Order: sequence, then structure tokens, then C-alpha cells
Amino acid sequence: MKTIRVNFLPSLLEPILYLFALGLGLGGFVQPIEGVPYINFIAPALISISIMYGSFFECTYASFVRMYFQKTFDAIIATPVSVEEVIAGELVWGATRATINSTTVLAVVAAFGLISSPLFLLVPLLAFLGGLLFSSIAMCFTALAPNIDFFNYPSFLLITPMFLLSGTFFPLSVLPPPVQTAAQVFLPLTHVVNLTRGLILGRIETILLLSIVWIAIVTPIFFVLSINLMKKRLIR
Amino acid sequence: MVSPEVLIKAHDLTKKFGNLTAVDHIDFEVFKGECVGFLGPNGAGKTTTVRMIYCFLPLTEGELSVAGMSVTEQSREIKSMVGVAPQEDNLDPDFTVIKNLLVYARYFDIPKAEASKRATEQLNFFQLREKQSVLISELSTGMKRRLILARALISEPQILLLDEPTTGLDPQARHLVWDEVRALRKRGVTIIITTHYMDEAAALCDRVLIMDNGKIIEQGVPAELVKKHVGEDVLEIDNDEKLMQTLKKEFPDAHFETFGDRIHVFTSQPHGVFENFLEKFPTKNVTIRNANLEDVFLKLTGRRLRD
Repeated sequence: MKTIRVNFLPSLLEPILYLFALGLGLGGFVQPIEGVPYINFIAPALISISIMYGSFFECTYASFVRMYFQKTFDAIIATPVSVEEVIAGELVWGATRATINSTTVLAVVAAFGLISSPLFLLVPLLAFLGGLLFSSIAMCFTALAPNIDFFNYPSFLLITPMFLLSGTFFPLSVLPPPVQTAAQVFLPLTHVVNLTRGLILGRIETILLLSIVWIAIVTPIFFVLSINLMKKRLIR
Repeated sequence: MVSPEVLIKAHDLTKKFGNLTAVDHIDFEVFKGECVGFLGPNGAGKTTTVRMIYCFLPLTEGELSVAGMSVTEQSREIKSMVGVAPQEDNLDPDFTVIKNLLVYARYFDIPKAEASKRATEQLNFFQLREKQSVLISELSTGMKRRLILARALISEPQILLLDEPTTGLDPQARHLVWDEVRALRKRGVTIIITTHYMDEAAALCDRVLIMDNGKIIEQGVPAELVKKHVGEDVLEIDNDEKLMQTLKKEFPDAHFETFGDRIHVFTSQPHGVFENFLEKFPTKNVTIRNANLEDVFLKLTGRRLRD
């Protein structure tokens, strides 16, 4: 019970704080974006961000601790379970954690009355897939990390930029076109945010197909890559 | 107890890590029901060899089979019949003592009720029952080592691999582990132990394979190896030129080793021959003892088992 509280309480409190501070506080000074009030605009972003954080930090810091300090993976690989299965299990857990976290945020968003469509029921499914994507990317870093401080690199160079620049707190359209394209090609969160916004606001446009395809292609690539990299790291 | 059936067979087994050859074209067999020791100093290749047996490390060259199955092709089947107690502590600190056993049992597809029953049996056998709901961090080193052993047995394996089982334990804990290994031998489990303690190898193993620098330099029954290479009695005496001359005159057939500031004299002559010598030439700082595997290793390599 204690572990559950300390692990999932942040995902309950953070969105509440952001919705108050940015949604209601800042939002009072901001014009509607894409036809919706600012607080409605950022709510899906908060859900997407919890998907990203939940899976990415689980499959970097927590997996690294299991691999390097506790040697848990070595212990499991001595049983009939193979190394591929161990890593796949870690990735699925990262995705599960992302789903649980984001469902908590979804509940908060619902409590604030910010859901405009019954399509919101598909958000947990999107969370699992998005979680798998971020878990796989994270696991690649874990396979290459010489020590635990190494994760500062992807944290500051990847996660924080994505947090701010994936169409989360302002629409991509205000950025210069080359930067917009870069965000859509290289930043996974952009696509998760697009899809979440579509589901929460009930706006299904054909452009969302691009995001689905992007996720559907990139996820398996990193899934397989991360398992191969971890295999090389664990078994010499 | 030991049957002629070969359970593990290695031929030309080699493992290289880049430029380093950790295991160098070794051949060996392990028979069903035996307790075999891989004895050697740190870096000899013992742990690497064992890791290839339980299919953790892929081999570089040669062949290795367990119960007729190749480690390269049938690793899952081999892992189901092997229990591993590794050198490092890789118990899960997120779980209690009993949960560690139950989760591990799941990896072998052991049904919940059966796992629970076995976990309780193992905890009783290793005297950990009253600690069953305690977190790993609260256990002493000796208890953790016993838990690792208990975990290795949860799948009721035919082959048990113990990698340095008593390194870092106090003498009392060591002897507890030795008793447990002896009890397992009686049950008919085939056991492989790696160690750099010659007393452990001599006490527990039917046969010993002495390893150094990735090669097996000698193998056999401990007592026979000692007799073959260094004789039965050893006289240890301070190194002194005059004493050396006297000794060589008195014991022309004996084998001498000088190590640091001590001379070791080995002989297979009847007992009492050293005592007679000391009566003739009384000297201080003298030890008369039985020869052991450490002396064998010293003779074969010029170095000690422990650095």
C-alpha cells in the first residue's frame, strides 16, 4: 500500500496543479486556441505527458537499478525465462505503468469537466501503445548507460524539450515551418498529444492518421532495437 | 551414489571476451550423482565455465552438453533442470524472503500451491522459516547466502551449480552451508561447486578439477591428487641455508618448496619421519601437517590459490 501511494500520488496531484496554475491561472489571459479555452487545450497534453514520464522513467532509472545494482535480470535469466522475455516484460510493465498513471490524470481531467467526447474511453489504449513506444526508446538508453547519471542526457535533451515543444502548451503552428516538421518527424510526444487531443475533444481529422502510422512504425523498430541492445549488454 | 551416466560433457570448450581467453579449450565430464569441484584462484575461468553450463554465456568454441542437450540449441530445457546459486547477491530487495522464492518458482511454471509448499520446505531446511516475511535488506550475509541456495533448489533441479558458495562467510556459516551441501548429496543431486578454498573442495567434492588461467591443469579425487603430487606429510620450517643443507641430506627423496621465508618439505615416507628429524635437530617455528590441495596447486603452478 505504501509503495502504491508514493508511486501514484504524483500523477494525481501534478495535473491538478497544472490545471489550476496554467489552465485557470494563465488561461485567463490567453485567447482560445483552435477554438477551445486554454484549459481544454492543455488537458490532453497533461495526459500525454504522464504517458511519457510514466514509461520513460520506469524503463530508464528503475530498469537500470534492476539491471546494474540489483542484478535482477541476471537472476531471471538463470531460469527458463530468456533475456528477450525479460526485457519485453520490462517494456510491457513500462507501458502498463503509463496506462495506470494516465488513467489517473484522465480521471482528474474528467473531474474538471474537460472531456468533450465519449472517445475518451480509447485513451487507455492509446496510453498503452504510447507507453510501449516511450519504454522502448528508454530501454535503448538503459542498454547504453555506463552509469545512472547518464540518464541526465535524455532527460534534458529529449524529455524536457518534448514536454515543452510537442504542441503541449501551445500549438505547433506558431513555430517556424522547419521546426514544426522537425517536431513531427523526431518528437514522439507530438503524435501522442495529437491523438489524445483528438480523442478528448472529439475531433477526428484525417491528419491524425499520420500520427497513428508514425507510432505504428516507430514503436516496433525501437522495441526490437532495445531488446537487441539489452541482450548485448547482459550477455557477452 | 555416483552412476556412470555422464550428465555434463565438455569438449574443447572455449570462451573468449575480445582478446581475453577466459576458458581455454577444456575437456571434462560430470557424472550423475557426483559432487565436482572446480578449484582455482580468482580469474581461473571457473565462474565463466559454470555460466556456460547454465546457458547464461554463449560459448566461443567447442561443445558443451547437459543431459545430452546442447547449450546452444536447448537452453530453455537445460535451464529447467539446473539450479543456480550465483556468487553475487541478486535477490530482489523489493520482496520478502518467501516472496523471492515464490516469484522465482513462477519462472519455472511451478503452480502456486506447489510453489508455496516447496518454499516452506526450503525455508525449513535452511532454517529461514521465521524470517519468511522479512525484507532482504534485514538479513545477514549468511542468511542471504542460504536464501540464494534455497532459491536455487525451488525447482527441484537435477543439477545444482554453486558458484563460490561460502566466500565472505564466517566459519560458522560456512559449516552450515557445507552441511546443507552434504545433505543434498545424500539426496542424489549432482552438484558442481566452484571455489578457491581447498578445504571446501577436499571436504565436499568427490572429484576436483583444478583450473588455472582458463585451463584444467589436473583432475581427480582430492586425496589421490595430494598423494600423487606432494605426498602425505609436510614439514614447514624457517628458511635457513644451513637448515636447508641438513634437510636435503636427511631427506634425499623428499620434494622441497621454498615460499617466502618458509621451506616446505613433502614426503610420502611413513609417519614419524619428521618427528625423528626434529629429535635430532630441534628447531623453533616448525609445523608438521597433512599435505593438501593447496600444496598440489603450489607445486603445479608455483602460486597460491588465494592471492
